[in-house]
Amino acid sequence: MCPGCDIAVAMLDNASPQPGQHPLGQLADEAARAPLIPEPEPPEDEQPLYAARTKVYPQHVSGTFRRVKWIVLCITLGIYYLLPFVRWDRGPNAPSQAVLIDFPARRFYFFFIEIWPQEFYYLTGLLILAAMTLFLMNAVAGRVWCGYLCPQTVWTDLFQAIERFAQGDRREHLQLDREPWTADRIWRTGLKHFLWLMVAWWTGGAWVLYFGDAFATVHDLATLEAPFIAYAFIGLLTFTTYALAGWMREQVCVYMCPWPRIQAALTDECALNVTYRYDRGEPRASVKKAAALHAQGLPAGDCIDCLQCVHVCPTGVDIRGGPNLGCIQCGLCIDACDAVMQKIGRPTRLIAYDTDINIKRREHGEKPIYRIVRGRTVLYALIIAVVGALMTYTLATRHNDGVSVLHDRNPLFVRLSDGSLRNAYTVRVLNKSLEKKTFALSVTGLSDADIDAIGGAGFSGGSPLIEVGPDQSREVRVLVTVREQLPPGASVPITFTIAPKTGGPTASAADHFFAP
Amino acid sequence: MAEQKTHAAPPAKVGTTGHEWDGIQELNTPLPRWWLWLFYATIIWSIGYWVVYPTWPLVSSYTRGLFDWNTRSAVAVQLTELQQQRSPMMAKLASASLQQIESTPELLDFARALGRRAFADNCAPCHGAGGAGARGYPNLVDNKWLWGGKLDDIAQTITHGVRAGDDAGHQGSMPAFGRDGLLKPDEISTAADYVRSLSGLPTAPGADLTRGAKIFADNCAVCHGPQGKGNREVGAPNLTDNIWLYAPDKKTIVEDVTNGRGGVMPAWGGKLDDVTIKALAVYVHTFGGGEQ
Repeated sequence: MCPGCDIAVAMLDNASPQPGQHPLGQLADEAARAPLIPEPEPPEDEQPLYAARTKVYPQHVSGTFRRVKWIVLCITLGIYYLLPFVRWDRGPNAPSQAVLIDFPARRFYFFFIEIWPQEFYYLTGLLILAAMTLFLMNAVAGRVWCGYLCPQTVWTDLFQAIERFAQGDRREHLQLDREPWTADRIWRTGLKHFLWLMVAWWTGGAWVLYFGDAFATVHDLATLEAPFIAYAFIGLLTFTTYALAGWMREQVCVYMCPWPRIQAALTDECALNVTYRYDRGEPRASVKKAAALHAQGLPAGDCIDCLQCVHVCPTGVDIRGGPNLGCIQCGLCIDACDAVMQKIGRPTRLIAYDTDINIKRREHGEKPIYRIVRGRTVLYALIIAVVGALMTYTLATRHNDGVSVLHDRNPLFVRLSDGSLRNAYTVRVLNKSLEKKTFALSVTGLSDADIDAIGGAGFSGGSPLIEVGPDQSREVRVLVTVREQLPPGASVPITFTIAPKTGGPTASAADHFFAP
Repeated sequence: MAEQKTHAAPPAKVGTTGHEWDGIQELNTPLPRWWLWLFYATIIWSIGYWVVYPTWPLVSSYTRGLFDWNTRSAVAVQLTELQQQRSPMMAKLASASLQQIESTPELLDFARALGRRAFADNCAPCHGAGGAGARGYPNLVDNKWLWGGKLDDIAQTITHGVRAGDDAGHQGSMPAFGRDGLLKPDEISTAADYVRSLSGLPTAPGADLTRGAKIFADNCAVCHGPQGKGNREVGAPNLTDNIWLYAPDKKTIVEDVTNGRGGVMPAWGGKLDDVTIKALAVYVHTFGGGEQ
């Protein structure tokens, strides 16, 4: 049983305290030593410019939200560490890694999707989806991202679990930190840093596996044959993981991360936030004291001031002080408070996902209201749906060939010695299939035009043939020549179409034919 | 329970800046101390630059840094690497004939890419970025050629130039008929009218084309041919295709005949290596007007 609960239970049991020892004496002692209590406030003009960090010793807790956090942690870290090893058969000439960022070949593979650099707009779509999902989560339940999904939170959670494993839970760790550097303290602190570094190293190692075949990269890394940049990135990410999740922790959220600021500007009064229901909790009183107050007909709230919510908080916040920049809304204080409330036989969710509106309403004896469906949530959901549908549609309907056309800028047109008029274009033909393909290029929109392709492979019925290698693109110079007299300054819309010689869907691109 | 209240850690007490606007005060939140240490760390880090990189100017030199690294030598290294990377294809270009280059897609794409850069660096100032030329500088995109439009002709012109003092280069030039007293001004005017008529352009009212034809046959046909079709041996342009190196208006043609013409193109043979000249020849030939 955790030490905090011991206190609560002791109070519940009405155990008579030793003379001169307050039931909370132990706690008060601890609090006096714990850095949570600020030093006496200096006069205003002597306030220090810089403040030392107050180290947070989060206590272990179990409950609904802790369980959710463990599940999310396992899923997200599992994906991150293991995904590079997942295989996906694309045929003989393509990589078999399910998720691969192939920089030398300029390809991004995601299971059945292959993205070329010129299709980078899919990333724009993904970023819109990510931003809108973040906003939607925020509109529904505040900092869900911060509390459960953010890498900083997930890795810090893991690092804190390791810390508890090596150095003990809150109380034991506090005790350990007060000890001189005994062999035990050195061993346990060393073990923690070793395990942290191992996790950090694995984190950096997994990162580089996304940029080359995972199995081959692991082999190359082990035999010291991998490129220098791979080791450099492993070193960099080992350092950042170790520093950010081990040492910086909540300071990343408080000082470095822009999202808390943006979040505060985006939120509204209807968003559910981890909230201390002070209407129910105040005034605070121990179980015994509350009974005495009730007997005198005086008010006493449900909060027994056991500080469990503060001790479990990974960022060292007291949620009872109201909404707080440091609060990442992970819900661990809810778990801690619920455990105490169950033990003393009071209703749970003294701390809960709630709104200030509802607290006010309950104070006035009204029923709480929850408005999930409102302007902003509908708008965010709509944008997600539209962008998601658009991306799905384009991904589903795109095919393996493509053509793009660039008109010569200088000269726009040229008069040949027989009086005919010529425009020149740079045409790029894309072949995303894994076989070499031959395309017939045709131009429509002009009544009598000769089409020639520099670098073409002969003609088929007046259309130049263009050969493109597997998974490649090829640039050819295309000359379009007309004998007919066009009106001065004419700009004729034309269409370039490529048709695979073996049949199949065609691709086209629009441009213009200019006359002097 | 006041005593118990103090156990709940209150938010850290923070002073204000002392400024107040309509009752709104500004908190004076202290920065974290590690922020200060980071600041000092960056100062110490910057000293590393003095040690590693070239930094301080001295009277006649500079501090070279630990590894004697500088951007100029870095560029040289990169250029060497690039040449290393290109060398297999460059060797293929060197051994292939111009015709082979143009008929092999792999070589053609490489030569055109190489030619595009070389053209932009060396040729574009006169011939234009896209080869469209300018007054006095031939258009390379059309199919009219003064000295020949076959691959070998183009390579020859690039290598030895035009009237550039290279004995193997093109030499002929248009005499100054007026300035040297070979033709009188009224004869030049009549000849100019006739030349315009060759391209089907309107002539001045009352122009004597028969006399013009006579003057042309006596003075111009030697180089430009009896029909005015030109002669590539001496670089005499075809006058019948309505493509003009200078301008088609009569004033310019009179100027051409009076003072003569003889534009100069440098001989690039000594300046550019053989592979680059090959690539340039292919690039220019594939502008579209190249002859087979």
